[in-house]
Amino acid sequence: MRILGQTLMAAALATTLVSGPSRADTIAVTHAHIHTMGKGGEIASGVVLIDNGRITAVGRDVAIPAGARIIDAKGRIVTPGLIVTGSSVGAEEIEGVEPTVNSGVEGGPLSAGFDIQYSLNPDSTVLPIERLTGATSALVSPMFRGRRGDTRETLFAGQAAAISLAEGPDILLRAHVAMGVDAGDRGAGRAGGARGALIPELHGLLAEARAYHRSRAAYDQNKVQPFALRREDLEALGAVIDGREPLLVEVHRASDIRQILAFGRAEKVRLVLSGVEEGWRVAAELAATQTPVMLDSDEDLPVSFEKLASTLENAARLTAAGVSVSIHGPGLSTGGKAVRLAAGRAVGHGLPWSAGLAAVTINPARALGLADTVGSLEPGKSADLVVWSGDPLDTSGAPDVVIIKGREQSGRSRQLDLRDRYLKAADGLPPPYH
Amino acid sequence: MKSIAVLAVLTAAALTLAACAETGTTPVTGTQARTADKPAEKTTDKTPPKPLRAGLDPWANPDPFPSTYRPVPSGPTAIVGATILTAAGDQIDAGTIVMAEGKIVAVGKDVPVPTGAQVIDGHGRWVTPGVIDPHSHLGVYASPAVEAQSDGNEATDPNTANVWAEHSVWPQDAGFNRALSGGVTTLQILPGSANLFGGRSVVLKNMPAQTVQQMKFPGAPYGLKMACGENPKRVYGSRGRSPATLMGNVAGYRAAWIQAAEYLRKWDDYKAKIAKGEKAEPPTRNLTLDTLAGVLKGEILVQNHCYRADEMAQMIDISREFGYHIAAFHHASEAYKIAPTLAKEGICVDTWAQWWGFKMEAFDGIEENAAMVDHAGGCAIVHSDDEHLIQHLNVEAGVAMAAGNRAGLGISRARAIRWITANPAKSLGILDKVGTLEPGKMADVVLWSADPFSAYALADQVYIDGALAYDRSDPSRQPRSDFELGQPGPRDLMKGGNR
Repeated sequence: MRILGQTLMAAALATTLVSGPSRADTIAVTHAHIHTMGKGGEIASGVVLIDNGRITAVGRDVAIPAGARIIDAKGRIVTPGLIVTGSSVGAEEIEGVEPTVNSGVEGGPLSAGFDIQYSLNPDSTVLPIERLTGATSALVSPMFRGRRGDTRETLFAGQAAAISLAEGPDILLRAHVAMGVDAGDRGAGRAGGARGALIPELHGLLAEARAYHRSRAAYDQNKVQPFALRREDLEALGAVIDGREPLLVEVHRASDIRQILAFGRAEKVRLVLSGVEEGWRVAAELAATQTPVMLDSDEDLPVSFEKLASTLENAARLTAAGVSVSIHGPGLSTGGKAVRLAAGRAVGHGLPWSAGLAAVTINPARALGLADTVGSLEPGKSADLVVWSGDPLDTSGAPDVVIIKGREQSGRSRQLDLRDRYLKAADGLPPPYH
Repeated sequence: MKSIAVLAVLTAAALTLAACAETGTTPVTGTQARTADKPAEKTTDKTPPKPLRAGLDPWANPDPFPSTYRPVPSGPTAIVGATILTAAGDQIDAGTIVMAEGKIVAVGKDVPVPTGAQVIDGHGRWVTPGVIDPHSHLGVYASPAVEAQSDGNEATDPNTANVWAEHSVWPQDAGFNRALSGGVTTLQILPGSANLFGGRSVVLKNMPAQTVQQMKFPGAPYGLKMACGENPKRVYGSRGRSPATLMGNVAGYRAAWIQAAEYLRKWDDYKAKIAKGEKAEPPTRNLTLDTLAGVLKGEILVQNHCYRADEMAQMIDISREFGYHIAAFHHASEAYKIAPTLAKEGICVDTWAQWWGFKMEAFDGIEENAAMVDHAGGCAIVHSDDEHLIQHLNVEAGVAMAAGNRAGLGISRARAIRWITANPAKSLGILDKVGTLEPGKMADVVLWSADPFSAYALADQVYIDGALAYDRSDPSRQPRSDFELGQPGPRDLMKGGNR
């Protein structure tokens, strides 16, 4: 039992995260090896100054106000908090437990009008687990539910939201950051079974939205043809047709990517592409149109006929061509944990290290229109940062301190509670007493 | 009255089984029938009993789909100056490993390089045994994942112990080649988990081939896939048939083992009569019961999909009731809750570090699972169950090791490497042949670009039986499946990391 006692003590020492949220006061993170991911570049030893939840200064020589709380990074790496993409964290607790899955609907009635901000659960046990991987915000994507493409359904998955992973009830960072839609095999399935129906139908639906927004009165007085979309959907598409909100299009095959790029040009809508396994084959076009992509950098198998040219070098090749790449791990609903190591493996396959870090910080922030508040360590932005024990993109590194909105976050999660209960449990009383 | 009668039958069955399980603990190897199963020859002056027609005696030919695997010929090779994790001892810095005639010849700090050996400079690089994944569906759920190639779950009956995974394996699955580029040299292909008894597994050497027989690991015992928990009861409960609950699951296992014990008894009786020269009607051969009987005879290893601690404890009791041993619990998200028990029982734990919470029975999974099992003295394994994760099991083991060390468990690299090499070899009954870098074993070796537990590590070279099966810097040693030919992209892929 003595060994276990020592083990627990070591475990307690190993984590420097304090328990319970701290106040959002003035904090200076000193002696930090800072990767700002912004204009400040990389700072070998500097200070990040935080006041009232915001970053107020970043640099080598920053005057530290009297009374500021000092967190001495002691040369450790400090980065912006990571941004999880490719998941529905906060809107799903357990993928296989139906009532806890609020990330999408099956067969309507809403499509574009589905709004995931109302699905968020700030008490989800998944959020602290994500936070302990160094993630401080996340894209919560709407997901199509049910069987794939075997019933005719709407083409839009609905509106995505961005959340903050800060402790507390207010996790919504921004609603309506993107409108989800499937192209490729699944989109074709939803459009009736063939690609030839998908693009025309998308054009048609946007035309309806334009007609609606040109004259709501005509719609209200039944002076227009019956629309395929409901009023909620038409309302939601307003931000898409006037370019405020991007379409987040899941697309895989090179030819489908070209089709979607052409569609975007014709409709004058903004695009963010996800999936994009064959993106490297159309990298020049993606770069020329400044279309950001979000991808699973581990995909390297011809898992379907629309992903035949998948390669582990996709992220590296796209980045080299000038495309903004965001990286996420494989598409498990609660798989955001893997984001930083997915970026690390992409680095192993040719992506420059700084581009790997950008792919989980500033790139998703820019793609989602959040770069005014998260994604880099710059004055005025939300104070979301991580002090790492080692390399943030490698197994050897782990978050030592996580600060979100200027508050140091708890180092606890349900997983750690389970771990510690069963490390202690050998000491006599049954585990439920620990 | 009824319950007492049932109890009596069960007791009798258990005794018969216990006796059967005492015999034959050696795995089936090669094509020879076990001598004990051959009809006895001392039937004096009576006409000797005619042997059964081919295919009617389950024990006459226990290996009807024999391995035709042949190592690729190779000359002697020495990797010098590398950091070596043997999975059988301490880390060796600046060490040398020598391979010849398909075997490991020597490993150590001061090992002479034989004349004529090809010398590979290992300075700054790492050497480990070939990675072994004991839970894969490559070939049975192949890429592309089209309906025509969805061959992993014979979800037509809760007991399909009659099906063999090898009959679904498509050798042209590009996943085999990708796994090879991730250092995987041996893998167990399992049927899915829809059924209580999913069927037989097959252990393969990850050498590209045209037929599954050419990949079959010579001498590896078969496994039987069993499944606890949510999957079987969901699949069959939703069709209005048993099992629909966990108690239905357990009733299903027990009913099947009773049948298997009865089957063995009938064959034992038949063989005993024949041996005495008496006339006897042979039992009808039954493929389902052949496999279950193989488990009871200790020839087939039980590979049991089971997430929850309480269910694992019940599966152990069932194994005791019928006299067999569970080789490994797979997934086993809650193994850490009963780690000392699993260690005492000698049951391996095949698990993940970062996969958890995707269904109710996986909700309590933690990153430290493998480390806590190891710390309790158990056989910890990091497995994939996935065509992508199999390509970086080394990194997943690195995550598990780091989590264990954050918990203060003090796991060294020399220890953690066993989770993807020696321990899976043990769980598959092939530790005498692979899994460690020790002289005499098959030369299945990976040369890594960096610390193998790093996310940046790439397999620079992979040797199988001493032959260079994969080389990141040599396109002529990067196998491609037939399916990939003539498709967009592949010719440009995998040029190698340029970090």
